[in-house]
Amino acid sequence: MSTLSADLASTNVDAASTHDDHHDHHDTSGDTVFGFWLYLMTDCLLFASFFATYAVLFMNTAGGVSGKDIFELDFVAVETAALLLSSITFGFAMIAAQGQKKALTLIWLLVTFCLGAVFIGMEIYEFHHLIVNGHGPQHSAFLSSFFALVGLHGLHVTAGLIWMTIMMIEVARRGLGKATVTRLSCLSLFWHFLDIVWICVFTVVYLMGAM
Amino acid sequence: MSFLGKITMDAIPLHDPILVVTMIGIAIGGLVLLGLITKYKKWGILWRDWITSVDHKRLGIMYIILALIMLFRGFSDAILMRSQLALATNGSPGYLPPEHYDQIFTAHGVIMIIFMAMPFMVGLMNIILPLQIGARDVAFPFLNNLSFWLTASGAILMNISLVFGEFAKTGWVAYPPLSELTFSPGVGVDYYIWALQISGLGTLLTSVNFLVTVFKMRAPGMTLMKMPIFTWTCTWANILIAASFPILTAVLAMLTLDRYMDFHFFTNDLGGNSMMYINLFWAWGHPEVYILVLPAFGIFSEIISTFTGKRLFGYKSMIYASGAISILGFIVWLHHFFTMGSSANVNAFFGVMTMIIAVPTGVKLFNWLFTIYRGRLRITVPVLWTLGFMVTFTIGGMTGVLLAIPGADYVLHNSLFLIAHFHNTIIGGAVFGYLAGFAFWFPKAMGFKLNEKWGKVSFWCWIVGFFVAFMPLYVLGFLGMTRRLNHTNTPEWNFWLYLAAVGAIIIMFGIIAQVIQLYVSFRDREALDDKTGDPWNGHTLEWASTSPPQAYNFAVIPHVDDIDAWTDMKEKGQAYVTKESYSPIHMPKNTSAGVLMGATLTIFCFAMVWHIWWLAGAGLIGAIAVFIKRCYCNDVDYYVQPDEILETEKAFNLSGREGVKA
Repeated sequence: MSTLSADLASTNVDAASTHDDHHDHHDTSGDTVFGFWLYLMTDCLLFASFFATYAVLFMNTAGGVSGKDIFELDFVAVETAALLLSSITFGFAMIAAQGQKKALTLIWLLVTFCLGAVFIGMEIYEFHHLIVNGHGPQHSAFLSSFFALVGLHGLHVTAGLIWMTIMMIEVARRGLGKATVTRLSCLSLFWHFLDIVWICVFTVVYLMGAM
Repeated sequence: MSFLGKITMDAIPLHDPILVVTMIGIAIGGLVLLGLITKYKKWGILWRDWITSVDHKRLGIMYIILALIMLFRGFSDAILMRSQLALATNGSPGYLPPEHYDQIFTAHGVIMIIFMAMPFMVGLMNIILPLQIGARDVAFPFLNNLSFWLTASGAILMNISLVFGEFAKTGWVAYPPLSELTFSPGVGVDYYIWALQISGLGTLLTSVNFLVTVFKMRAPGMTLMKMPIFTWTCTWANILIAASFPILTAVLAMLTLDRYMDFHFFTNDLGGNSMMYINLFWAWGHPEVYILVLPAFGIFSEIISTFTGKRLFGYKSMIYASGAISILGFIVWLHHFFTMGSSANVNAFFGVMTMIIAVPTGVKLFNWLFTIYRGRLRITVPVLWTLGFMVTFTIGGMTGVLLAIPGADYVLHNSLFLIAHFHNTIIGGAVFGYLAGFAFWFPKAMGFKLNEKWGKVSFWCWIVGFFVAFMPLYVLGFLGMTRRLNHTNTPEWNFWLYLAAVGAIIIMFGIIAQVIQLYVSFRDREALDDKTGDPWNGHTLEWASTSPPQAYNFAVIPHVDDIDAWTDMKEKGQAYVTKESYSPIHMPKNTSAGVLMGATLTIFCFAMVWHIWWLAGAGLIGAIAVFIKRCYCNDVDYYVQPDEILETEKAFNLSGREGVKA
């Protein structure tokens, strides 16, 4: 985080756009990233509420399946690997963006997008598989809280993918101006944040559930 | 699935004469208002200067107008309930059938907390906070406009429920399993869910916006420990919002899943646990009451310090006390349901934590008393509200400590004693604070002072009415009357029920006096004009600007050396000084994106309530499209030119210096 903000500070100085050449004008890109970071903290509490609910309800299987019966750790491990790898590739995209390398940025964003899409595809497959086998969320409080927690994360990743698509169009059409790099920084924070949340989901839901 | 979802003609409650009369009244009033706007050709001004405005002061005024409108609606509900309970004694059914009465008490609670108190607090914060820290606007002006329209959307949904369908009959907390589909199959709870969800999102965005503003945009020299006390208490409140509103979002989302997709978070069957809802709800709900009251504490501090002509006593202890209240506010939620059946040790922990909150609150009261001590207190309307608060809130606080004893709570839980307690703290604390702030900052926002005489009439009606209306409720609580009763058959309660109804009528006269005060003040605005920008000899930077302030607030951002920055500037002769030349000022342009997103999301929520899936999809996609379009709009700012600034400054500083001499 600290290196990230240091990088941001340096880009703020380097890429002075025409809008901000006035000496008394308040520089807003640092504020944007700080504001986005605060928003992520509120998002973190949203996840915390769903985690707490899962922790309270996961034993309430109502005579149906428990985590041990339905989680396939090998499958989830591949899913996890795709998402974790996408965090690294987004890091490469940010390095390229800060070096003002447009083509490279786009390539890394595309790779990140594909990895994210693999993750979401696998998650949809898992949900579909559970539902057709009669383990949908309406069958017990455990399944309800499982689908809600994992689904909430999945919704976030999907939103991230939509945002990434828009950012790729923006980078392709407008290049790597100051405002674009600020937006990429926000998306990068969002993406890494979702990674951290997934590590918690993987540990609390899948690993502890399968044990 | 039908094209219009669950909507049928039965959705319009034509069978209930009270609602029909209300609807006709709203329709006539609305048509008259629209007609007047058209007749005086005000649509352009309304759209350009208000609806699309990103100016924090105008948004603040709109928040307060929303709060006052909803105060009228919420208070009408209160009058309906008190008159029903005064008439429905000795076994008489009264005039409100239970299914209507249940909607009224639910709507009263939701409106007063979410659509009256919150917008009032956010409105005052919007107008004053950026001025107090010497900023030209908030960090994200468009987001501020959007937040307002999300709050307004929630309020609009609330009022649509009056005409289409019904509102929740569950009480303002909407506890499951009662609020689940099995026991509340109608659309009432769905209105509740979506109205709270959308306005909650607006509030959350406001908190992020103002936290960034406070941490990043203070005037040079203003360290955190030199921030005005109102800014400090608002900042604590914003931290509480950022930390608690996501829990509300989460718990409402879970209830939505239960009701819409047959999930089992809180149902009676298949392992659901309704106590989980109640825990999460109060993990938001308890911080929420401090969100309401902390800014009010800040307002009282500013008023006491200004009208005694002294620096606030114990400025630092005030900040730390607010911080202590904020943190403790997060570890007391279980006292709302001691009767859940936790172990004695759990209840004891939450009871003790609750009692400890009285300590920092006591610190504050003593700070105010010591500020008054040996000061020359000018008895103005804001000061009357403050003194009224100090007496009323102390009583409410003490009954709170009483309720914090788990043993006592088992007797008093959900009795009218509880109702009396929380009205005692929310009216006596938060509402008195907002009304004090309204009178105190009105000249700053509008450019003229409020009439003192009608302000005093209003205050005395409010405080007398308050005690007459709510002290009987403490007695009724001890006599065993529980909350949410529709009619009674216990003769010894009758006297107290009649008395409470009389109290509500006295409060009504207080509200009428406020309306008269606004009318009289507007009529005499020439005489009450505030040309100096500093009508009360204020201490902080909001009084360094014109009344009402220019869009850019300050021609030159002041340098701050003291907690009471404006007093310091006046003493050093730095006030009302015109420079030879000014730099152009960079300002954000107005945008229609906020109101369009508010409108599309209102459509989305309405469609979700009635299961009109195609319309919900259209509304949501519309809102996202407007947002993306706004993100890629380049024409978002403009510059105010130096000669224009110079002219304004010359005129203002001249009248300011004359004001100081006089």
